[in-house]
Amino acid sequence: MAVRLPEIDVVLVGGGMTAAIVGKELAEAGQRVVALERGQMRQTVPDFQSPTMHDELTYSIRHALMQNPEQQTITFRNRPDQTPLPMRRLGSFLPGEGVGGAMVHWNGVTWRFQPEWFELKSWTEERYGRGFVSDEVTIQDWGVTYDELEPYYDFFEKICGTGGLPYGDLTGGNPFGGRRSNPYPNPPMKEPYALNLFRTAAAGMGYSPFPAPSSNATRHYVNPYGAELKPCMYCGYCERHGCEHFAKASPQVSILPAALANPNFEMRTGAWVTRIEHDPDAGIVTGVTYVDAAGREVFQPASMVVLCAYAYHNAVLMLQSGIGQPYDPATQTGTVGRNYCYQTFGGATVFFDGTVRFNPYMGAGALGVVIDDFNNGSMDHSELGFLGGASTSVSQASGRPIAFHPVPGDTPGWGLAWKEAVRRHYNSTLSISAQGSSLPHPNNYLGLDRTYTDAFGNPLGMLTFDFPDNDRRMAAFLTERCVEIGEAMGASVVEGNDLAEHYSIVPYQSTHNTGGTVMGADPTTSVVNRYLQSWDCHNLFVMGAGVFPQNAGYNPTGTVGALAYWAVDAIKNQYLRNPGPLVQA
Amino acid sequence: MTKRDTRDRDRDAPSALSRRDLFKAAAAAGVVAAVPTVAAGQESAPAPSASPAGPPAAAPGAGPVAQAPAARPVLFFFNDEEARFVEAAIDRLIPADPEWPGAVWAGVLTFIDRQLAGPYGDGAKTYLAGPWTPDAPPEQGYQHRYTPAEIFRIGIAEVRAHVTETRDAEFAELGADAIDAVLTALEAGEIELPSIPSALFFSVLLDNTVQGWFADPVHGGNRDMVSWRMVGFPGAYAQYLETVDIFNLDYRREPVSIADAAARAVHLGGHHEH
Ligand SMILES: Cc1cc2nc3c(=O)[nH]c(=O)nc-3n(C[C@H](O)[C@H](O)[C@H](O)COP(=O)(O)OP(=O)(O)OC[C@H]3O[C@@H](n4cnc5c(N)ncnc54)[C@H](O)[C@@H]3O)c2cc1C
Ligand code: SF4
Repeated sequence: MAVRLPEIDVVLVGGGMTAAIVGKELAEAGQRVVALERGQMRQTVPDFQSPTMHDELTYSIRHALMQNPEQQTITFRNRPDQTPLPMRRLGSFLPGEGVGGAMVHWNGVTWRFQPEWFELKSWTEERYGRGFVSDEVTIQDWGVTYDELEPYYDFFEKICGTGGLPYGDLTGGNPFGGRRSNPYPNPPMKEPYALNLFRTAAAGMGYSPFPAPSSNATRHYVNPYGAELKPCMYCGYCERHGCEHFAKASPQVSILPAALANPNFEMRTGAWVTRIEHDPDAGIVTGVTYVDAAGREVFQPASMVVLCAYAYHNAVLMLQSGIGQPYDPATQTGTVGRNYCYQTFGGATVFFDGTVRFNPYMGAGALGVVIDDFNNGSMDHSELGFLGGASTSVSQASGRPIAFHPVPGDTPGWGLAWKEAVRRHYNSTLSISAQGSSLPHPNNYLGLDRTYTDAFGNPLGMLTFDFPDNDRRMAAFLTERCVEIGEAMGASVVEGNDLAEHYSIVPYQSTHNTGGTVMGADPTTSVVNRYLQSWDCHNLFVMGAGVFPQNAGYNPTGTVGALAYWAVDAIKNQYLRNPGPLVQA
Repeated sequence: MTKRDTRDRDRDAPSALSRRDLFKAAAAAGVVAAVPTVAAGQESAPAPSASPAGPPAAAPGAGPVAQAPAARPVLFFFNDEEARFVEAAIDRLIPADPEWPGAVWAGVLTFIDRQLAGPYGDGAKTYLAGPWTPDAPPEQGYQHRYTPAEIFRIGIAEVRAHVTETRDAEFAELGADAIDAVLTALEAGEIELPSIPSALFFSVLLDNTVQGWFADPVHGGNRDMVSWRMVGFPGAYAQYLETVDIFNLDYRREPVSIADAAARAVHLGGHHEH
């Protein structure tokens, strides 16, 4: 029998970024909050310190900071008629584990989505007419607008100490962004040579380059929580590693010091949540069951549960707990697991063959120059044959050589010729990357596996995903543009990086999994309402990129943070006063 | 943004030993081998290893790699025959050239040995529960039941048996061209091994070789940071605030390994340690 603990006001499942935000804010609102994190406590000192943090093998390659698939993974297939098989090793994406979650080892690129993305269905129909995208593409409006989210984007950027140039042509900032109430709290990052070559070529072609919005702090900065960020050293051990310098906005730097200072907030580590308990008749959740560090099953009753376990984990937990109607691709009914999306990349690798020195190891996670000319809201799609778009950039995050030793495609994979090519191209190669949007398709969804189980004997989550045709056409277009820019840079060899024939779970692409618990205005096509509140249980809220109905051509976390603050505001100012559905179904 | 002139900066850049100086200095210190002098193509099978009673690992490679692969380090995972197989293979995967030593000199055998003797070899961070689907489409990733240690142990035994059968010879004693031919066939999946796809064995061997070549020397390979010197990577050094935006900078700095940096931090009082 599970140990039953005394009831508490709020349980957060997970101890990462969204948990830190919700925990800090609700504890301050007087709620007694406990965050249940399956991993260990992690702090900048001692856990992220040099020189041991500068170990590419341990952190980047063997995934020291990341989820352990031995205990829990997901199964995967491209199509519903295949047998799903376990993702036995991390590859395509690298979810976090331990306090701070994936934002410990993220890059720090901190975007706002373009305004139209939140009303994509209405916008597309109005602009291009009904039928512009096939019925298969189940895009939808989010139920919240950019203007509503703007103050929360603004606050999240202040929490992260994001650096960049304000939007607009005259400033050198992004001319394609939405309205901003404030400039970025910090100035942009420096500009290395490779980025400047991209800027020059792109500007020469009539595009509008600007510095990537970065949460690698560009100066000493104190955020609204009184947390101090110190200047980034461009150390080159950023993504996949923790920051030793208190410069990367991670929860333990930007948010948790304030949260943990409040006695209302508890971070309970080694606590693996296996089930959200609910009472379907009353339409409420009653708490969660977890397995504690010693292996004991514990029931933690709570008046409110907030899922902060990372995008797809939240959907899998709901499915495992039997909350909401699981999505069924055969009938296209049900909501939990629906509209799983990802990220679609085009790009080019540009070889200068020893004629320049980029010193790629002088890098930072979010160091980049970007053009937004090919993003969704910047283009007229009438003649393009697809919907969506990409942020297109050159970035210099790291030159760690196990992963970074680019060679032209016709180089043998080993032997003398390989070794010579590695030596020749290491310091003079860059890549242009078009980080494209991902639109939903009825076959792409999250479910539960019937064969494989996790360390607790529960079914693994199951992912079915392949790139929809719309996104393939987009990627082909983007790769062509990247090749053109590469050629304008005066390189000796430019190779287009075509999208793979099928999505593969093996090579790293991005930890930008979205969907599965999507938000919306209609309970038949969404799991949560515009305030991220479950339609089924009014005291259950769901954070994370799982609520995106479709994923944009940007990294997700800026929007995840903005939505967390938006939802928390509704919880504090509406829900706690009058618990019940915030939107009538 | 304007380009900043890099010439003065270049002069100020920390002076680094040239590669030739390095090897001179190192050889003088009795630590590393002289730069191999034989043409790479000739540098094939390592000579038989020193007998267990031979010189200890403290005098590795007193001479060109090809002639004297040195006393073998103490190994935790491989037996002697396996070690010879791995040495012969990695010597072709990353060979020495007239300028730079290769994987054998760099200690990649030790790296792989330590990896396989540790959690990685045992399948750490890998979901290994059945059922398995060895013929799954590549998009679904690794679907075999083996740990990396098993892949090496089984793969080496089966490739050795295959070579004995088809060429009546020991893999490690084949000439360079013949070893290349076997490796190429493994990579292409053209050799049928009894219990493991040859392309799988090859890819795990190659991945580990490249990792041992480039990983920090604390893991047993990349001796004297040779791969880092070859590409110009400063290793665990990680402060580029002042230099990141100097265009075309000819940056030269003696690389630093984690072990060096840790030792140095102690000597200097380690201002950012704990
Ligand atoms: C290498 C890398 C680079 C990235 N770069 C960027 C970038 O530049 N820009 C950007 O916008 N985004 C980036 N991201 C994505 C970003 O890290 C995530 O969007 C963000 O961390 C999501 O926050 P979250 O709170 O939803 O999940 P997380 O921060 O991951 O927190 C989830 C936590 O829940 C815990 N948990 C999960 N299940 C359970 C359970 N059952 N019981 C208890 N605890 C549980 C996990 O251990 C984890 O700590 C990157 C990610 C990676 C991996
Ligand atoms: S690049 Fe900057 S922000 Fe990233 S880990 Fe290094 S010092 Fe921290």
